[in-house]
Amino acid sequence: MIANLGLAALWLAAALALLQLLAAWRALRMAGAKEGALVRPVAIVQGLLAALAFVCLIAVFCQTDLSVKLVAMNSHSAKPMLYKFAGAWGNHEGSMLLWVTIMGLAGGLVALVERRLPEPTMLATLAAQAFVSLGFYAFLLISSNPFERLDPAAPEGQGLNPLLQDPGLAFHPPTLYIGYVGLSIAFSFAVGALITREVSPAFARAMRPWVLGAWIFLTIGIVAGSYWAYYELGWGGWWFWDPVENASLMPWLAATALLHSASVLAARNALRAWTVMLGVVAFSMSMVGTFLVRSGILTSVHAFAVDPERGSFILGLLALNIGAALVLFALRAATVTEGERFAVTSREGALVFNNVMLTGALGIVLIGTLYPLLAEALGTKVSVGPPYFNPMTAVFVVPMLAVLAVGPLLRWRQDSFARITPMVAIPALLTGAAASVLVLKGMAVLPLLGMALAAGLALAAFMPLRGRKLSRVNLPLWGMIAAHFGVAVALFGMAADSAWTVERLVAVQTGQAVEVGPWKVTLRTIVPVAGPNWTALEGEMEARYKGGDPRMLHPQARAFWAPPQQTSESALATRWNGQLYAVLGEQAEDGRWQLRLWWKPFVTMIWFGGLLIALGGVLALIGRVWSDLKRIIARGKIAYRRERQGR
Amino acid sequence: MSAPIKAKHQRLVLVVIALVALIGAGLLAMWALRNQASYFYLPAEMAANPPEAGRAVRLGGMVEAGSLKTDPDGVTIRFTVSDSTARVPVVFKGIVPDLFKEGSGVVAEGRLDPRGQFVADNLLAKHDEKYVPREMKDMTAAQARQTIEETK
Amino acid sequence: MSAPAKPSRWALWLPVVLFVGFIALVAVGLWRPASRDVHSAMIGKELPRFDLPPAVPERPGLARGDMLGGKPRLLNIFASWCIPCAAEAQQLEQLRQLGVEVDGVAIRDKQDDLAVFLARNGNPYARIGADPVSKIQFDIGSSGVPESFVVDARGVIRYQHIGVIAPDQVPMILARLKEAEQ
Repeated sequence: MIANLGLAALWLAAALALLQLLAAWRALRMAGAKEGALVRPVAIVQGLLAALAFVCLIAVFCQTDLSVKLVAMNSHSAKPMLYKFAGAWGNHEGSMLLWVTIMGLAGGLVALVERRLPEPTMLATLAAQAFVSLGFYAFLLISSNPFERLDPAAPEGQGLNPLLQDPGLAFHPPTLYIGYVGLSIAFSFAVGALITREVSPAFARAMRPWVLGAWIFLTIGIVAGSYWAYYELGWGGWWFWDPVENASLMPWLAATALLHSASVLAARNALRAWTVMLGVVAFSMSMVGTFLVRSGILTSVHAFAVDPERGSFILGLLALNIGAALVLFALRAATVTEGERFAVTSREGALVFNNVMLTGALGIVLIGTLYPLLAEALGTKVSVGPPYFNPMTAVFVVPMLAVLAVGPLLRWRQDSFARITPMVAIPALLTGAAASVLVLKGMAVLPLLGMALAAGLALAAFMPLRGRKLSRVNLPLWGMIAAHFGVAVALFGMAADSAWTVERLVAVQTGQAVEVGPWKVTLRTIVPVAGPNWTALEGEMEARYKGGDPRMLHPQARAFWAPPQQTSESALATRWNGQLYAVLGEQAEDGRWQLRLWWKPFVTMIWFGGLLIALGGVLALIGRVWSDLKRIIARGKIAYRRERQGR
Repeated sequence: MSAPIKAKHQRLVLVVIALVALIGAGLLAMWALRNQASYFYLPAEMAANPPEAGRAVRLGGMVEAGSLKTDPDGVTIRFTVSDSTARVPVVFKGIVPDLFKEGSGVVAEGRLDPRGQFVADNLLAKHDEKYVPREMKDMTAAQARQTIEETK
Repeated sequence: MSAPAKPSRWALWLPVVLFVGFIALVAVGLWRPASRDVHSAMIGKELPRFDLPPAVPERPGLARGDMLGGKPRLLNIFASWCIPCAAEAQQLEQLRQLGVEVDGVAIRDKQDDLAVFLARNGNPYARIGADPVSKIQFDIGSSGVPESFVVDARGVIRYQHIGVIAPDQVPMILARLKEAEQ
């Protein structure tokens, strides 16, 4: 019953998306056509219907309705409720439904609140959103129907996979999805602006909160994914340049560039065509990333991972949406009038540099991710890893960070280095001092650069506050400071981790002690423990930091039995100045146990910095939305007064 | 310092800067990839046409039965990876994946040392890491890798 | 281009060109045969020696000797915990009805789970051997589940199929079996 309701809602939403597209198109073609009035309400209802379909899917998962094929394949009546709930999007069909739901809701919200842009531009924007949505509706309804029935109903579900039962896994994908799909709004705004040739500061201001929102979710998703990889894999690393990681990094890089160029367009009416281009690129990267991951052409070689039908369908959608937008851009961008001019030494100049460097880094990641595919088409098998990505991205990121320290201090349009020298001097001196101390300590080049830059950046991030009254500093500026400071913190964490990590790999008898950095770790005993669907050998370790109080660590070598799989659960001891990381390996024939221990000074700063970056986005978003609200309220009041006076 | 660039030229200058940077990025990437991409070798290929010592490559094959030895330190293992025609000695220091054993498939990431021994930084037990159930397609890198780790 | 004053115009098409290149590259990757990474080294070789106990009480186990003589057979490597295997079951049943003997090897499985799997998805297998440690799987050069092997009457592997046998691949499998008769 609920499944039928969900399917009906989905069909209806698809029909409304078509109506939205056609009505908007007609209204654009014929000035004064009445259909224009339809578009906004239809967009809102379409979003709500998509959401209803998604709620229905959650409902059938929660009650484990085994007459629905998707539930029978991916859920189980004995699953804890949280995982039944999260199971709704932990599969291909459900996640695609989540995708269109977010697209629909975001489009509906734009239709509801955005009144700044000229109405034709809004119509074109909502038409673009409907066009992209329609493709995904078609994909869902034709080849990935989440509500497909099973007749007769299955006696029991198949999805009791213990791997997928983790609270982080339940909420990580939707976080990233909100980020990916939120960028679709930027894409639609860009297409709308191109169609109606209305690239203006108002366009940038309308687009900015959406980009900010999506960017916040992307940032949190990437930070969470990185921490997860760190503690779950037991390899001690926090970023592996895996295609799936790159798929989330690429839209983030594009969105970061877009945020900055949109601020130039909003404040100064410059970088017009470029901002539009980035709006197209950011969501394109979301779609490309999702496609690369989902089609499996990069990560897997098995036939069923590459479902050719679905892969082709998504590829077709991708080619249609991105291709059309790029062609439109090529046709229209030359007619977008040139923006305001600015000097090289100006806020705009610094932001252009930021954009070029971010785009360069994006290119590096994209090429590195696709290269194995290219090589394979040419007949060789390669993999591309940190030896390529680390130095190559640093080539772009390090100069960008240096400019990051200076850029926020520069004035718009034209400025001189002489004016900002006093403000830059202190961070620069700090950078130099840190660098020379580290050179003396014999640090490697990249960590050294990173740490010295981090020191200067951390100070420079607060420099824009100089000469301002703290109570008058607006929220977006606080946001920028928090985010830039977060970059410094994360950079420090990365440099500290790669420079100062101490690793020990040993085989020890129980009772034996191992020193790793300032820690002394004693393997007390190994005990068998059992969980709901696994058994494990658990090491009981006592760790003392510089002879202090003992802390207990319990790394496990876990064996699941359905399906049979083995995992090692690392154990962490966190201090303010770093983490001790312990992994239990196998028992050697002579009875000794393999232990792998790391002391990672300040490694937590990586994720802490990442969260600060996200917090900066949150502050900026609140500030922007708040001032928008105030303006809307003020305008309403004026209109109300006029009306009263008129009476 | 400098006056705003002349009206006519600003867009051109910006486009040129962007193009130069992007083409530079592309060329840099291709150059780096030639040097840094890690090629995949089978033992026969490695014997016939060995990569230069120190270059990061991957070696895939079977762990030869009876070849697995553990050094006295308890954490360094030595074994031979072979296919039907060639054998490559491998040394690895670390915790081996669970499904790694004699007679099973393995992909070793590492480099050849000057004596023709393969020094592995990482071992992937070549088993079901290729088997990716549909519901895992949505997983992030971390999760997918975790799964791979766990399926080993 | 009619306006040489705007030299940036050709550059605007650059993204389109790059994107077309990307689509072409990905399309090649997508439609390439799925077995591109797996060397079917076992094709043309004899089955390795094995003797597996029954995986479920209602079907006999599987040994190399069971696969010799008569018509070519299909050896299917599967597991109850493998979700794609469930999707493949219908095609195997179709093959069985067309007179093909399908022998199964259940990888790292438990009898109870397997019984549930067979009850739900049907049981096209003439024999099912239990391979709890994936031993045969490695010996036979299989790297995942599901995989299927066409084995001729002399016990020689003639074809290795990696991944699910899709509905439209059934005729192809039949053709391979027919080929193996010679």
